[in-house]
Amino acid sequence: MARVLINLPEKVKRGETIEIKTLIAHPMEPGYRADGKGSAFPRDIINRFICTYNGDEVFRAELFPAIAANPFIAFSTVATETGELRFSWTDDHGQTQTESRQIIVE
Amino acid sequence: MSRGSQGISPTRRQIMLVAAAAAFASSVSEAGATQASMDDAISGVIGEATPQRGRVKLELPSIVENGNTVPLTVSVESPMTEADHVMSIHIFNQKNPQPHVATFYLGPRAGTARVSTRIRLADSQKVVAIARFADGSFWSDSADVIVTLAACTEQ
Repeated sequence: MARVLINLPEKVKRGETIEIKTLIAHPMEPGYRADGKGSAFPRDIINRFICTYNGDEVFRAELFPAIAANPFIAFSTVATETGELRFSWTDDHGQTQTESRQIIVE
Repeated sequence: MSRGSQGISPTRRQIMLVAAAAAFASSVSEAGATQASMDDAISGVIGEATPQRGRVKLELPSIVENGNTVPLTVSVESPMTEADHVMSIHIFNQKNPQPHVATFYLGPRAGTARVSTRIRLADSQKVVAIARFADGSFWSDSADVIVTLAACTEQ
């Protein structure tokens, strides 16, 4: 499991727009770096990121090798109800890491 | 004769330099994306539409010391309502090995159309952001970035 940082407020007012910052530890090997033996290190990147809010998708990103190592993504969503935000990152091997955070909406 | 050779040799040197620079420039552009491949990638997203300038604001530092991690923020002017919102934001570059950087999909639940990330830049180049609106229109912005240490694609 890669290390993940997720920053969002714990408690917010209903209808407020909140900013969510996410970062996951990953080398984002672009597939163009020479390995010193005449070929390149094989590509290995996180190519998809999805955020769901109580099961509904609120944000999705498709990533390419031009995204820096340890991909950082910040976006926003409207706090609609108390519940769970789920974040999932999928890499080139099809492996997905999912994290969740609770949010209290008053 | 000696006068003649003195007159010629700097010119020859200049010619060699220009030729070497041209050869280097062409080898670099072959290795990476070009204006044409960026245009292809853009038309792959927007089709025949012509993006209008405005509404989109692409923020990148104008001079970057380290191309391995360049902060990028795109914000789009939109009320983000059910009827009028940004559906997606597409980021492209001119000179990395691939023209695509990222695509972000959002909707009315985003509240504000604003996304930040960190990107790699292999050379000084132009970066383009295009936003697709719910009414089918496209708006864009671009930024020119000077990179002093390129993201390493070579080693």
